[in-house]
Amino acid sequence: MSGRVFLLGDDIDTDQLAPGKYMRGGVEMLAAHCLEAVRPDFAESARPGDLVVAGRNFGMGSSREQAVEALKHLGIAAVVARSFAGIFFRNAINLGLPVVKASDTSAVRDGALAELQLAQGQLILRETGERVALEPLPGHLMALLGDGGLIPHLKKRFAKEQGQCA
Amino acid sequence: MAKTLAQKIIARAAGRAEVPPGEIVTAKVDLAMIHDSGGPRRVEPILRDLGAGLFDPAKVVLVSDHFVPGDTEEGARILALTRAWANERQVAFHDGEGICHVVLPERGHLTPGMLVVGGDSHSTTGGAFGTYMFGIGATEMAGVLATGEIWLSVPETILIEWHGRLGAAVTAKDIMLFLCGKLGMDGGQYQAIEYGGDAIAALSMQERMTLANMAAELGGQAGLIAPDDTTAAYLGKEGAQTGAWEDLRTDPDAPLLAHHVFDAAALEPQAAAPHSPANAAPISACEDVAIDVAYLGACTGAKYEDLKGAASLLTGRRVAQGVELLVAPASRRDQERAAREGIMATLENAGARLLPNACGICAGYGDHRLGEEVTCVSSTARNFKGRMGAASSEVWLASPLTVAASAIAGRLADPRAFLPPGRSAA
Ligand code: SF4
Repeated sequence: MSGRVFLLGDDIDTDQLAPGKYMRGGVEMLAAHCLEAVRPDFAESARPGDLVVAGRNFGMGSSREQAVEALKHLGIAAVVARSFAGIFFRNAINLGLPVVKASDTSAVRDGALAELQLAQGQLILRETGERVALEPLPGHLMALLGDGGLIPHLKKRFAKEQGQCA
Repeated sequence: MAKTLAQKIIARAAGRAEVPPGEIVTAKVDLAMIHDSGGPRRVEPILRDLGAGLFDPAKVVLVSDHFVPGDTEEGARILALTRAWANERQVAFHDGEGICHVVLPERGHLTPGMLVVGGDSHSTTGGAFGTYMFGIGATEMAGVLATGEIWLSVPETILIEWHGRLGAAVTAKDIMLFLCGKLGMDGGQYQAIEYGGDAIAALSMQERMTLANMAAELGGQAGLIAPDDTTAAYLGKEGAQTGAWEDLRTDPDAPLLAHHVFDAAALEPQAAAPHSPANAAPISACEDVAIDVAYLGACTGAKYEDLKGAASLLTGRRVAQGVELLVAPASRRDQERAAREGIMATLENAGARLLPNACGICAGYGDHRLGEEVTCVSSTARNFKGRMGAASSEVWLASPLTVAASAIAGRLADPRAFLPPGRSAA
């Protein structure tokens, strides 16, 4: 997958990703206001396949899954960050949004065209050809992402179990 | 091999002899807690989609708190849906009895050594009881409800010890705000935080709950305190079966990710400036801030002992002109106890307005929200921009005692200046 990079700083929190005051409006409204406090143009300019590259502790704050859903709704293909808040990380994997750690993202510029190669553990910057090394995800989590998240994964599992009974 | 408390609990729940940090394991959960916000309305459609029932209704507890009292149309609808679900799925349901993290231990649902998941980020509160409890989102919760299992990465442990004796009017909340300021909101790195030392051992269960609760603000997955006689005595009173807990502690030579040691006697009351708990500083550095609202609420800051502490400063006093003191006791049981002991009367005589036993302004979902440009001092756990009301509102976090002192003074105030005679030298 490849797309444009939105480069963000440290400590992006779940209230910025899915603002509490729009919580009642459903994912569409949340997505329309996603990150508006730090990046007013985000919702409007994000295109399917685009990537978010951020600093430390991305997704800190509440356990709300809408923070992940808003990003997915806008078509964000993956988030690469120095580190993630734990609950956000779990939610993202379970909802099938790839979240990958990278210790050094200094080569990434805002608006850069980049290709995420998850299995190879790298992000390729198209314009410069530079490679950003990503921390590999354990096999179990790759399998969850491969199935599209926890629910499709469980559906597969339940179908298999039922298949065995039949 | 020497093990941490977290490893001992996770190993048992995962059916493994050893669980090395960093390894992803699948564990069986002993209990799953959900509330009205992230619970039925979000998990039921997923369960339907999966065609799955509950793995074990006896291991599921539902609490309504975020949308209580249902003062908006949406809130009322969500509560109705929540009640219908409890009935249909036949799970233990605490409806309007208080905030989930306080109700759960109060009703004897938690015991040392359990592995518990909660559909709320402050589920870390359960760690006060030596329970490995952590927060998960609704999709993951649906998975747990369907299978009784959860994946987790075995955490390392960050041991935070406090030694010596806390000064008068210095509380668990001050410890946590100080730690947020010191270690930052990602200081916990989603590992297990464990609190220890004689200052922690001296704390009551409700104070320990504040420490465990705000492990979430430190970015820990869990915030643990090894069970001791205080734990056993509390649980015994709530009718919980504690089982053998003596081995539920981190072995002395278990490897730690980090080990911090602090002096309790040196700690001053703290306040955290808008809009992050990490903006904590000694109260003496922030005293010229005028306030409009003083909020005594939330799982972190409106338990029985929090109310009692606030009342001790408010006895015979009134809140400053133009300041609104709002009190949302964390549970009905705590409120009833406080009422029996005259604590509620003291608060009301001082001018407090009483709100339901629910998340109230802390969740920011109901009718009560902070208006434009309101400055609030709050006993809650987080003060992110816009969480409790208008984006232009400013929330300072502090202990229940500091909230009470500030309500009297009309500005952020050091609670030590308002201590009743005889307690100042405590
Ligand atoms: S009181 Fe606040 S922090 Fe506690 S569960 Fe409710 S919303 Fe969360």
